[in-house]
Amino acid sequence: MRYLRLFVVQLRASVQVTMQYRAEFFVGVFMALFYVAWNLIPMFVLWGQRTTIAGWTLEEAALVTAWFTLLRALLDGAVQPSLQAVVEHIRKGTLDFVLLKPADAQFLVSTAKFEVMNFFDASAAVALVLWALHRLHRVPSPAQIGAALLLTVAAAALLYALAILVISAAFYVVRLDNLIYLFNSVFDAGRWPASVFRGTWRIIFTFVVPLALMTTYPALALLGRLETSTTAIALGGALAFVIVARAVWKRSIGHYRSASS
Amino acid sequence: MSALRRFARAYPTLLRIGLAEAVAYRAEFLVWMLATTMPLVMLAVMSAMTREGPVGRFDHKAFVAYYLVTLIVRQMTGAWVAFEMVREIKEGTLALRLLRPIHPLVTYSAESLAALPLRAIVSIPVAVVILLTAAGSEISRDWFNIVGFFVSLAGAWLLNFAVSSIVGTLGLFIESSMQVWELWFGCFMLLSGYLIPLELLPHWLSQVARYSPFAYLQALPVETLTGIRDRHQVLMGLAAQLGWVLTAWVTLIVLWKRGLKRFAAYGG
Repeated sequence: MRYLRLFVVQLRASVQVTMQYRAEFFVGVFMALFYVAWNLIPMFVLWGQRTTIAGWTLEEAALVTAWFTLLRALLDGAVQPSLQAVVEHIRKGTLDFVLLKPADAQFLVSTAKFEVMNFFDASAAVALVLWALHRLHRVPSPAQIGAALLLTVAAAALLYALAILVISAAFYVVRLDNLIYLFNSVFDAGRWPASVFRGTWRIIFTFVVPLALMTTYPALALLGRLETSTTAIALGGALAFVIVARAVWKRSIGHYRSASS
Repeated sequence: MSALRRFARAYPTLLRIGLAEAVAYRAEFLVWMLATTMPLVMLAVMSAMTREGPVGRFDHKAFVAYYLVTLIVRQMTGAWVAFEMVREIKEGTLALRLLRPIHPLVTYSAESLAALPLRAIVSIPVAVVILLTAAGSEISRDWFNIVGFFVSLAGAWLLNFAVSSIVGTLGLFIESSMQVWELWFGCFMLLSGYLIPLELLPHWLSQVARYSPFAYLQALPVETLTGIRDRHQVLMGLAAQLGWVLTAWVTLIVLWKRGLKRFAAYGG
């Protein structure tokens, strides 16, 4: 309960910071929507050449892209800004001030900053899902919607866990901006349906960086092509990732040595 | 001593310092280079398509050559000086650079260039892979194209560095100059042929790309080496690239002179 209240306070601070610069806010909204549209062009170009690629039609692939856009918005809006702040804290040694506060440090750093603007990307992603379903003449059953939502929560948890793992590395290597950059560029592969990838790529994207789980599975669930057992395994995998991430964070924070003092 | 002679004497030393820095941070450096995964991901997507037959003029072999050369060009011409400049402007440490008896743009360029040998460590194995596999047959055998490739590579670096510096210099005028960089990079992805060969884009979009500077950062070197361009097209491309390079550098120098007057070294 206390943490819920803290969360609301932190979120409100971020909204206020964003609304402070009104002109920038509107430019930001426009840019966010422009990026979403711009990023769809490669998909339309490729499916302009073929009706199906690796067994996916344009509308089905659009569902994958929609989930990618949604998670990207979450990553850029909620996960990345806070974690970037941690890296800065570690480098300057100011993480002390966070650690001294009477609340869980992981919670505090994870909710320190939100980019409210990314809410608009997320809405665009939802619009894309509706467009694709409309084109497919498909109304998913409540069970399918439920499975897709569950998998979305799992994907969000996974994304957060991966980010925490990346950040934990910051306690060992100081220059970390590039690790975040690497994470971003690998994550970009998630915009394509997982069946496109073969061999080594497939193994990496299923087990190491489970992009398949994050973007392709929810789309499959909505299309009614995902088996219940796969859903269960995916959820279990996500949970395991979160637990490992929490354990690694705990260990890493023990390595913090307040660099500047 | 004239500025030019001072420049010529100091530059080799600056390059040596830059190389030493790059080697010192080799782990970080490696991560930066590994982050260039986009061409490989696109190659996987395109391979899924070519399983059912060629796309336009590209069969599987041609795509392998296209994206691996794309990877090399990106490695050898990328410039990230904007990040460095914006940070130094924000923290006020640009003042230290200004105190040195050599133009800051010169020191920035030396740092950027000095990283090339390390980048070559990644590029050379990729090049060997191309030449040893079937994709090797897609590489142009015309000496004119091969020479043209190296010239266009130099041009692409000059253009990339100038644009990155322009964005960095904009940090002297506006606070959100990194958003300008994101906008530039977003356009770059699609219009430079980095994601998809320009030929496969809708006609109007590839036309826009060819008139924009983006096509001369990636598409020109890649299309030259893979023989998509004939001699005449290579020459025309190089001329256009030269035009963009000059435009960018003149803009950079004018902006820098104006921006510097606004610099106040907060916290420096």
